[in-house]
Amino acid sequence: MSRGQLAPTPHDPDERGHFGPWGGRFMPEALIAAVDELAAFYEKARVDPEFLDEFARLLRDFAGRPSLLTEAPKFAAHAGGARVFLKREDLNHTGSHKINNVLGQALLTKRMGKKRVIAETGAGQHGVATATACALMGLECVVYMGEVDTERQALNVARMRLLGARVIPVTNGSRTLKDAINEALRDWVANVDDTHYLLGTAAGPHPFPVLVRDFHRIIGIEAREQILEKAGRLPDVVAACVGGGSNAIGIFHGFIDDPSVRLVGLEPGGDGIDTARHGATLTAGTPGSLHGAMSYVLQDSDGQIAEAHSISAGLDYPGVGPEHAHLKDTGRAEYRPVPDAQAMEAFALLSREEGIIPAVESAHALAGALVLGRELGPEGLILVNLSGRGDKDMDTAIKWFGLGVES
Amino acid sequence: MSRLSSLFSACRAESRAALIGYLPAGYPSVEGSKDVLRTMVSSGCDLVEVGLPFSDPVMDGPTIQRAAEQALRGGFRVRDLFGVVESVAAAGGRAVVMTYWNPVLAYGADRFARDLAAAGGLGVITPDLVPDEGAEWIAATDAHDLDRIFLVAPSSTEERIGLTARSSRGFLYATSVMGVTGARDVVSSAAPALVKRVREHTDMPIGVGLGVRNGAQAAELAAFADGVIVGSAFVSAVQDDTVAALTEELATGVRQAAAAV
Repeated sequence: MSRGQLAPTPHDPDERGHFGPWGGRFMPEALIAAVDELAAFYEKARVDPEFLDEFARLLRDFAGRPSLLTEAPKFAAHAGGARVFLKREDLNHTGSHKINNVLGQALLTKRMGKKRVIAETGAGQHGVATATACALMGLECVVYMGEVDTERQALNVARMRLLGARVIPVTNGSRTLKDAINEALRDWVANVDDTHYLLGTAAGPHPFPVLVRDFHRIIGIEAREQILEKAGRLPDVVAACVGGGSNAIGIFHGFIDDPSVRLVGLEPGGDGIDTARHGATLTAGTPGSLHGAMSYVLQDSDGQIAEAHSISAGLDYPGVGPEHAHLKDTGRAEYRPVPDAQAMEAFALLSREEGIIPAVESAHALAGALVLGRELGPEGLILVNLSGRGDKDMDTAIKWFGLGVES
Repeated sequence: MSRLSSLFSACRAESRAALIGYLPAGYPSVEGSKDVLRTMVSSGCDLVEVGLPFSDPVMDGPTIQRAAEQALRGGFRVRDLFGVVESVAAAGGRAVVMTYWNPVLAYGADRFARDLAAAGGLGVITPDLVPDEGAEWIAATDAHDLDRIFLVAPSSTEERIGLTARSSRGFLYATSVMGVTGARDVVSSAAPALVKRVREHTDMPIGVGLGVRNGAQAAELAAFADGVIVGSAFVSAVQDDTVAALTEELATGVRQAAAAV
């Protein structure tokens, strides 16, 4: 287990959280003291051997790390014959990469002496992970979830409640992830003395983008060692889905200093980026400030935030983490949209060919890999971050594929 | 020189606080908001805050959220804001704008400041822009001679109060509670302490807002603040058709503090 996971890197933002022109803090003054406190505690924790050991222990003994690296040859046969390896974040406890960040932030919460945790969730993966960590560490937990998402992810609502969390359906705005974040921010400003906002993605005001990224850097650190061992070389491409961008930034950082490795983020293309129904922020967004940071945002010409659309609740977000905006601008990473239909095709393909049901979010990365593999040809080597498992998506699959009981 | 200073010095001469009333532009409609604001001005608001409806108002409680949603559903566009401000100025009132940062960014900070100044607006309150990120905005408001009102909160450190006071022009907005907008039954006990702390950094006027809904609460705040800011209660009053009565009650309230002292 790497203790260097949280160490400062040359890719850190400036002191006020700017990655180039992106990031920073565009948020109410009332919350500045709280993010200052969080940043101060994090700066100490990231180099504190006691914190690092405790975090490593939890990742190993509770989350089940390291996660496996699995080759997917039958799936790869559909990808132009390139070799495809899957980083199995779906095998983590609670079923996705989200647990990494949650355990780190829950430890920080305890260090700060706060007793109550609030979180937003889209698909419910982050909400379930947060409820889990709070149960483990004896913290009160409240999860805000858009009403639309509570309906399409009813199973995860039940899981969170079983774990002792209060789930509050958010009924304003588009009733999805962005509105859940709005509501969590309103809660935070009123209860900031005893409450930590456990943000689930590498977005938001500084220091969230950097600390969420760092808690997920373990994905890339492990994957780099594993693929060198199994394939004998670095991959040509690392592919990951991008909603807010936490799993992608975590795996990207394992390879960011390897110039031969292309970093490709796959965004939710919904019905297509030539329609109004998608969530491809980096592909089709414009600069704006949302939820505390400057980044690309889906918005109209008045700066009103648009409603994103994706078949995957976890990618259904009109913003994106500021470091991805920076990686796009510098050209270090590239971003492509994947329409719903292609993601669902890859979802079914991996299930049938490899016996692995991916999260619909991760299926966007798989769909990207199918295209990238054809571009690379048989010599290609692709690493896909399989960020979560698909059990939670059965309702979506039943509707999409007509998998109901035959009469 | 602040364009609001004459207002606050006149109020100080009368030993009273200024009454500052908020209404989102476009609520209940663009023309309707002009009517309501005119009533607020003629019934005793010394200054009105014209809100710019935004899709993601994280500092607002349910009352103002719903009003903003209604305005946006009704087709409100940012360009409509300037006409609303103009109508306040035409009615002899003074207007500042209250807006989240993203719509200003999308419009262009300098263009926004220019068009607002041309419409007769006197300043802008930016609840989710802190001075640390405000370089472009400070330049734009200086260039177009607009007041620039940043916020301080009970959680603000001394250092941040100092920074915010140095960066603001016109007045400072002190949020009386840790929370979002919305009428409350009692005025926070944190407000007097915050105002006292701010006064150690600046002699700029201080407006206090969040939670005020009646004359008694206005009087309570007026005892230590230079401006009493009322928002959600006006939105509710539009629904109840009691804007003039509420304004008169609050205007009486801000004058009672002196009598009580």
